[in-house]
Amino acid sequence: MISALGRHSIRIINEIGELALFGSRAAVSLPSQRHVFEKVSRAIFEIGVRCVPITLIVGLFTGLVLGLQLYYVLTKFSSESLLGQAVALSIILEIGPVFTAIMIVGQAGSALSAEIGIQRNAEQIDALRTMQINPIGFLVAPRLWAAIICFPILTTFFDLVGILGGHLTGVELLGVDPGAYWNRIYEAVSVKNIVDGLFKAIVFGVVTTMICSFQGYFTHLKSDVPGARGVSQTTTRAVVLSCIAILMFDYLITSFQMAN
Amino acid sequence: MDEGKQLQIRGISKAFGSQVVLDGIDLDLPLGSHTTVIGKSGIGKSVLLKCVAGLLPPDAGTVSINDDSTSQPPCSYMFQQNALFDSLTVEENVAMPLRERGAAKPAEIAERVGHLLEQLELAAAARKYPAEISGGMKKRVALARALITNPEVILFDEPTTGLDPQRKYAVFDMIRSYRRRFGFTVLMVSHDVPEVFEISDKVAWLDGGRIRFFGTPEELRTNPPEDLEPFLHPQLSPV
Repeated sequence: MISALGRHSIRIINEIGELALFGSRAAVSLPSQRHVFEKVSRAIFEIGVRCVPITLIVGLFTGLVLGLQLYYVLTKFSSESLLGQAVALSIILEIGPVFTAIMIVGQAGSALSAEIGIQRNAEQIDALRTMQINPIGFLVAPRLWAAIICFPILTTFFDLVGILGGHLTGVELLGVDPGAYWNRIYEAVSVKNIVDGLFKAIVFGVVTTMICSFQGYFTHLKSDVPGARGVSQTTTRAVVLSCIAILMFDYLITSFQMAN
Repeated sequence: MDEGKQLQIRGISKAFGSQVVLDGIDLDLPLGSHTTVIGKSGIGKSVLLKCVAGLLPPDAGTVSINDDSTSQPPCSYMFQQNALFDSLTVEENVAMPLRERGAAKPAEIAERVGHLLEQLELAAAARKYPAEISGGMKKRVALARALITNPEVILFDEPTTGLDPQRKYAVFDMIRSYRRRFGFTVLMVSHDVPEVFEISDKVAWLDGGRIRFFGTPEELRTNPPEDLEPFLHPQLSPV
């Protein structure tokens, strides 16, 4: 049992090392690519534009629920005037970056993993190599840079709509004073809070894009079965690992941010 | 043929774990010639092709033109399933090797692609996507993409897999006629015995990780190695 645990641990460490190498190769290979603007723009459309509706919907309902829950908690302490502050800080620091990243992984990350996996199975990645085109630079690098751009923007959308949702519940439905709601937000939220939240979004973007691309790129090695079922396996694994990674990195980053 | 110049495959070996797939393969292929590697399924023919293309690193051995081992010879590769990019049109697929390597200016790329598509009778399909054209046309698009960089060698990995006899001959005919027209060297892997003998200058029989026969189709027909007989003339076992 101990040897099995050891083998498993070594395999995980090995995989993290491979992922880090894969990610660094993708990050540095973009400048050597041709038509960078065109490729990154297309990736921004896939990752960013297509995820706007789902981000706005989830952001609005999260804000609505948060406003409702926090209102009844704060009422017990006669502190409902703090609702705006509580909603805004929860969303900007934690819920916004985490939920947005999970939404993007569900929509764009799974598609990215499946697309690259299918390209692997269809020998398109080998074809790129025979054409002396760097497959990681061609397929992964534009998506990585698009994620770095899109994740903070979508997180900002989520934050704004979420705070608006809190306003709808707290102010419009439950009668909290609008001046108190917005004034508390203005007083409590600092630039550092916003930067901290967006920094998380960038880290989540990099990590999840790497995981999803990596699982798809090596679908022939990472799945137990070849073909379509293999792609299905690696896509599922990409989404699950990405969600775990988001929560792990959220804890780590928050720890550092709190310490500072 | 480019007399004197040869694609030289020297001592290529490849093992996966304890399973030795290629055990010191040596082949000399005159440039401009057509050589077909035959052998049973799973014997390592595609592995040999991938080692020659540089897609798989061999455990030992080199591939060079006239022993110039300083760089990988310029090889193009035609995959079994063509490996065309579904989201790109025919002309974008063909232009890809030049466009992504910045090998020429856009106007020159467009001209070269247009000219090649004309030569391969694909001009009418230039704006179509791979899903909108027939299987035979896809093969020609894959060949056009392989030809656009003017390679000296094109590697064909079972180009007739899954095709009916008529289409199979059409593909062989295409390879033969375009090789004559463009002068490239063909190294092909195929199961289609004896049809491939019609278009091949040389035939290599791969078995047990080694080349067990290398000669002309005529030599193979007149004096086949004893072990090769069941492969050349398979028969149903009696009930």
